[in-house]
Amino acid sequence: MDCKEILALLPAYVDQELGVSESIEVDNHVLGCLSCQNELASQNALRGALKKHATYFKAPNHLENHIRAALPLDNAHSGRSGKPALKWLGPFNWFSFGTAITSVVALTLSVSFYLAIPSPNDLLAEDVVSNHVRSLMVNHIADVTSSDHHTVKPWFNGKLDFSPTVSDLTAQGFPLVGGRLDYLDHRSVAALVYRHRQHLINVYIWPVANKQNIAVKTLSSQGYQLLHWAEGGMVYWVVSDLNPRELLFLALILQAQGSQGSS
Amino acid sequence: MAATEAMKARRFEEIVLPHLNMAYNLARWLSRSDQDAQDIVQEAYLRAYKFFDGCHGEDARAWLLAIVRNTTYTWLQQNREHVKNTPFDEEVHGLDSEGSATLINQADNNPEAILARNDDKRQINQSLEQLPLEFREILVLRELENLSYKEIAIVAGIPIGTVMSRLARGRKMLLEYLARINEGVK
Repeated sequence: MDCKEILALLPAYVDQELGVSESIEVDNHVLGCLSCQNELASQNALRGALKKHATYFKAPNHLENHIRAALPLDNAHSGRSGKPALKWLGPFNWFSFGTAITSVVALTLSVSFYLAIPSPNDLLAEDVVSNHVRSLMVNHIADVTSSDHHTVKPWFNGKLDFSPTVSDLTAQGFPLVGGRLDYLDHRSVAALVYRHRQHLINVYIWPVANKQNIAVKTLSSQGYQLLHWAEGGMVYWVVSDLNPRELLFLALILQAQGSQGSS
Repeated sequence: MAATEAMKARRFEEIVLPHLNMAYNLARWLSRSDQDAQDIVQEAYLRAYKFFDGCHGEDARAWLLAIVRNTTYTWLQQNREHVKNTPFDEEVHGLDSEGSATLINQADNNPEAILARNDDKRQINQSLEQLPLEFREILVLRELENLSYKEIAIVAGIPIGTVMSRLARGRKMLLEYLARINEGVK
């Protein structure tokens, strides 16, 4: 890895959020690189200074009392007798009329936020991107590393309740890197990894009950490109930092391979 | 009915109330006001109780902090209409990597030296307060509340990749602010 890649990993390194193998790569690089050493030292120094000097604001005592007093605790527990159980409606004193109105407005707003939540596909797209980033970040891109589809496809046997189409697309400029098991949309899915120049591409495949075909849709999120379609009872999600045009090309190849039923 | 309500309240008291300091610290750093933080936390707890179904065990902390964070944002929008929360602006904050590098890399201005001279609560606090909200919240969650990247992603409602890049950016800006304060002090 070069300095640019190392610098991108340093924040996660100082937070100990990197996988073992990537941590070791950073270790090795930093040993021999003065500028990355300096950057690491400054990030560590900043973390230390924040932990030591930044104020941690403790809640004032009366705040806890106010909240506790507003809870509808039973008499035996709270030691207050003869008071109604539902104290929210009782003579609570920590909300003036004004703040009560504010909170009603806030609750109404939060309900409208719920109504405005993105479609399931948008949420899934977010998950796919996070999953992609994570697979790159923790150096866990493949459980089975092989460019041979005759090695990768059987590897999924017994691990999934379906058999994904695995194709070697080296001839088309997308060599197979490997495959791994992953988890999306509340189920285990097949993740196939292809490479195009320096870009890694995750292809997620899983079956759906609804056999309806869906034409390719393109999305982008957080600077990543996503493609999504469904065919033959299988859902496909493709994600990469590759440009949309080349990613679409890959989708067309995959669709062609899928319809041929080639393994 | 009343018994169930009381049971719920007791579970809430056991599971959610112990996180009060975390909730207050987050609200205080985001709102930068003692009084606002108290009102926000009370309101957040009211909301939390309303949505509490007793099932929040291990993730109660992140769940509560997400509510506190959202309550704070709503609060700031409603109560500080005049303090428009301007979106982060590259031009204004002017933190191109080269610019900050030149300032920080001046002979006696390396980050450790800056921090050594900034060995002072006031300056650290002041710098952190200056950070734009979306960076400040990530740094507070990470450095003060000790949340993992995954928990921060839940609280702030952003992907883990964004947590990473905001932390990197926020730390860089913080060093820059500290360097500026030092320039002023000299």
